[in-house]
Amino acid sequence: MFDINIMALSGQLLIGLINGSFYALLSLGLAIIFGLLNIINFTQGAMYMLGAFVAWFGLDLVGLDYWAALVVAPVLVGVVGMLVQRFLLRPIANENHLYSLLLTIGLAMIIQGFFTHLYGSSGLPYAMPEALKGGFRLPFMYLPMYRAWVVVAALVVCFATWWVIEKTRLGAYLRAGTENPQLMQAFGINVPLIVTATFGFGVALAAFAGVMAAPIYSVSPEMGANLLIVVFAIVVIGGMGSIAGAILAGLLMGVIEGLTKYFYPEASSTVIFLVMVLVLMLKPAGLFGKEA
Amino acid sequence: MKALNKTLLTAAVAAMLSGAALADGISDGKVKIGVMADMGGPFGDLCGRGCVTAVEMAVEDFGGSVAGAPIELVTADDQNKPDLGSAKAREWIESENVDAITGLVNSAVTGAVSQILTDNRKPALIATSASNVFTTSQCSAFNAHWTYDVVALANGTVKPMVSAGKKKWFFITVDYALGHKLEETASDVVAANGGEVVGAVRAPLGTTDFSSYILQAQASGADVVALANTGTDFVNATKTAAEFGLTDMIDLVGLLVFTPDIQALDPAVIGGMKLTTGFYWDYDDATRDWSKRFIERHGRIPSMGQAGAYSVTMNYLKAIEATDTDDGETVMRYLKTHKPDDFFARNAYLRADGRMVHDMYQVRVKKADERRDGNDIFEIENVIAGDQAFAPMLAQCEFN
Amino acid sequence: MRINKLYLSLLVLALLAPLVLYPVFLMKVLCYGLFACAFNLVLGYGGLLSLGHAAFLGTGAYTTGYLATRVGLTPELAILAGTAAAAALGALFGKLSVKRGGIYFGMITLALAQLVFFFYLQAPFTGGEDGMQGIPRGELFGLLSLEDNLTLYYFVLAVFLLGFWVIHRTVHSPFGQVMKAIRENEARAMSLGYNTDDFKWLLFTLSAAVAGLAGSTKALVFQLASLNDAHWQMSGEVVLMTLLGGVGTILGPLAGAGVIVTIQNQLSGGELGNYIHMIMGAIFVICVLAFRSGIVGEIQKLAGRGFSRQGR
Repeated sequence: MFDINIMALSGQLLIGLINGSFYALLSLGLAIIFGLLNIINFTQGAMYMLGAFVAWFGLDLVGLDYWAALVVAPVLVGVVGMLVQRFLLRPIANENHLYSLLLTIGLAMIIQGFFTHLYGSSGLPYAMPEALKGGFRLPFMYLPMYRAWVVVAALVVCFATWWVIEKTRLGAYLRAGTENPQLMQAFGINVPLIVTATFGFGVALAAFAGVMAAPIYSVSPEMGANLLIVVFAIVVIGGMGSIAGAILAGLLMGVIEGLTKYFYPEASSTVIFLVMVLVLMLKPAGLFGKEA
Repeated sequence: MKALNKTLLTAAVAAMLSGAALADGISDGKVKIGVMADMGGPFGDLCGRGCVTAVEMAVEDFGGSVAGAPIELVTADDQNKPDLGSAKAREWIESENVDAITGLVNSAVTGAVSQILTDNRKPALIATSASNVFTTSQCSAFNAHWTYDVVALANGTVKPMVSAGKKKWFFITVDYALGHKLEETASDVVAANGGEVVGAVRAPLGTTDFSSYILQAQASGADVVALANTGTDFVNATKTAAEFGLTDMIDLVGLLVFTPDIQALDPAVIGGMKLTTGFYWDYDDATRDWSKRFIERHGRIPSMGQAGAYSVTMNYLKAIEATDTDDGETVMRYLKTHKPDDFFARNAYLRADGRMVHDMYQVRVKKADERRDGNDIFEIENVIAGDQAFAPMLAQCEFN
Repeated sequence: MRINKLYLSLLVLALLAPLVLYPVFLMKVLCYGLFACAFNLVLGYGGLLSLGHAAFLGTGAYTTGYLATRVGLTPELAILAGTAAAAALGALFGKLSVKRGGIYFGMITLALAQLVFFFYLQAPFTGGEDGMQGIPRGELFGLLSLEDNLTLYYFVLAVFLLGFWVIHRTVHSPFGQVMKAIRENEARAMSLGYNTDDFKWLLFTLSAAVAGLAGSTKALVFQLASLNDAHWQMSGEVVLMTLLGGVGTILGPLAGAGVIVTIQNQLSGGELGNYIHMIMGAIFVICVLAFRSGIVGEIQKLAGRGFSRQGR
């Protein structure tokens, strides 16, 4: 274990960054929904799974290829999310936030149970798109083309989302509309619509990640449940509500998890929780969150 | 003299026991079989509802009644939780007079259930569990471990590869009892045939991304990378191995692979992999005939666990018919002295330790251009005789 | 007076129940009921959503299992030790978590419970996935064998009543009144000179102890301690039981546990078994949308008066 090999370590670091960018993409949606709407959305894992399933339906049934699925799945799942927000979450918007958390837990169970019932638990095959096959031979490892694409796509989407929310007029309306609904309503802005749309967008990000995952991970009803709890931890570590925090914490945890997989693989699914406990004890609002 | 005495004594005891059993006939006027499995969880496709269908088929094929008594089925979802499984088994025996339990997937559940069954002198007809503890450290006179076990799979897959010169092995192992068992068993086979284990990593159950481990495997200089995991873990690891080009240079084998896992993977990713199975639906006319009936009812090809569940139920019922009693001891003795022979159990016999020894199949997963359709997945390369595949019996597990 | 009559009739029912229903099923309801009551102490009376209570259930079960199997302790001592171990763990968790409110409290308890789960997964004595099997039910005080289901049932009922009594006393004590004040208005309680963190810590520790008691008893009933007891899904299940029965009502968690255990039992066999996850999910959704007060809470509303005025 102690003859640390620089080559191997560079490989593990790169893998960590790749996974980290994927985590960043997944936690982004959660962070937006929490930061702007104060809803702890446990359906995010199920929405991720739905995204992957839409990709599979597309390819298998209607001849919709991977690239089309990258657009279609987020739109479809986003609509599902908006319906959920409009008809299930809005009625309890003024109750304790724990209730929205519990409601989304229940909803996630229903969605996952339904897909297990229809398709079994083993999963469905999804072929790698032709254009993304192959890879690059780096000095220290073989980098599949697809992973390079994951990093680029995830970082572009993350940065664009952050930019829209933090730096544009649309984002300013969004933030103002959720922070001070009465005032914005008075200005003639349809706040409930903004809330619904924001939820839909957060969920659509999960579906986008789901399509990204389909060629490399098992497409099965349980694919989201395993990741969700990890992604949650990442959002908490980054500071709930901080969009930049979620992105940076995603990258950071990807690397930490990657190194754990090298030095003490048994603990790789637990290390995130250890970090979370430490962060919350030292910085209660998370690494990039503002103290309440 | 001593030996003679022992024989006489055994005979006398046997006579008494069978006399008692005959007097018993069919307890409570019916034969009740429990089917317990993970129905909707991660192992749901290996046995689950399909096992229920298979057992139903066996009961129907047998005519719905045995030795003049009606056959009834009860089913339960153990959700892979040993406490749920053992509680259900206890309830079945104590308040529903269940005579035998089959299905049985998750080894932890099977262990808990078989203990209860043994305490109550009733057969555990284990159709899908992988661990070989049921005929070693947890062996019992009431276990019938029917379909396969980890030793048979390791012998079938590992031995020919090591013998063919693939000497260096690396393991990616799921970090719980099943994975440890698979790795340990396969490592023994590697060592026994002159190979060497160059490394192993323990990945937590439910790992999504295996690229770290694949990288470590690539760097290890191994000839073969063995996946000591199953289900979703196996699918994820295989996808990543193909993506990172591991399979271009190194052989990748699965140590515990079921047909649904194969069907969850693109042929481009899994094609060419070698593995061992206890059953394949497209082996010959007998397997095809039964499997077609199964597919009509269940919609998917039968896994080895599901075919095993049919076979073990059928043979259990035959034993009751022949002995005219559902007494666990009598039935087990009959099963161990009368060779099963059906589409599933070829050249088969139930050994005194409860291990059903039968032909195993060494197969290669077909590539996309070799497949007629989605169900045409294996090319059978070799049939391994049961005695070559399964481990020899341990003296302390020899029950009569 | 009416309340006493209610408790008395429930007690008579509990004493007669095993004549009609399968004792192991009843014991399961009692164990989970006690677990949910313990959880409710923190959520219903402390206003803190713990997402890591499975750690205490598991700790109780493993400690009792280990001591009864390897050391050969009698059941009452093994249970006592399991309860103490869970209390100690609860004290530690509490120290680390009660300062954080709301969702951060939930997250930190979840994270700590995951670390505990990892420990049990790796520790050799727990038997990993297989769990600790064949835990002896033993002989009470070394005298009375608990092998028989009916005998064990009355023992479990006694344990449950003890745990329930402790919770009841706590809720109705001056301590309970302070907790209520803290839940309703923490700033005000603080200004009255109460160290609210200390109160929460004590409440959390007590809750952990009772959860451990439930886990210890469960280990004897099923003769098994397994990783499920410590898994985060178990932490979620107890939230469901409490929510369904009625958060902050004294009898709600027991009612919720009864319903959930019955559903699980009924659905595990038969065709509906395919839908078990969907049905549980639907219960969550319906509870949150329509019955936020839970079964007992709604009954109290209907009756127009509480069995216990502690309810919201």
